[in-house]
Amino acid sequence: MLETSLLIAFSFVALALLLAFIRLLKGPDVPDRILALDTLYINAIALLVLLGIYFHSALYFEAALLIAVMGFVGTIGLSKYLLRGDIME
Amino acid sequence: MFEWILSALILIGAFFTLVGSIGLYKLPDFFMRLHGPTKATTLGVGALLIASALYFSFNTDQISLHEVLITIFLFITAPVSAHLMAKAAIHIKLKQVKRTQNSIE
Repeated sequence: MLETSLLIAFSFVALALLLAFIRLLKGPDVPDRILALDTLYINAIALLVLLGIYFHSALYFEAALLIAVMGFVGTIGLSKYLLRGDIME
Repeated sequence: MFEWILSALILIGAFFTLVGSIGLYKLPDFFMRLHGPTKATTLGVGALLIASALYFSFNTDQISLHEVLITIFLFITAPVSAHLMAKAAIHIKLKQVKRTQNSIE
């Protein structure tokens, strides 16, 4: 039961990653690409949490937390760069 | 019974993650696209993290609450990053769909 739903969830999240990646490649403007990267890291967190349940290991949690922090900093940096043309003032 | 709850939470989370990305892929302009992935952040990853916390609490001998850290962090940071992205998009005057009410130009 849990195994089956985990496999279905893996395929859903993988498809979500693929769609976000297509938007990253296509995205007509820069903010679209920033948003696609943001979505990509959120989906990566979801995938890592699922992997942690699947392999019954708490190791993946730290990676997910790191990706959450670094992804947020990356999004803020890119948006700030678009707003000001400079990250630190 | 417990396995059913876990499976339901996992499927709900994966479904909303997929819905967020479909929204990101299909919606017509940036300001609408901004709306999609927020569902993935709150409902999708939230449900998955609750499932993970329940799973590790019941299958190991200690209560596992550190998943809540990621949830809190995402709930705090998602509006901030969405706000900054929208501000940047308005700043560089991105095109909007024609029938947007109170549009910027």
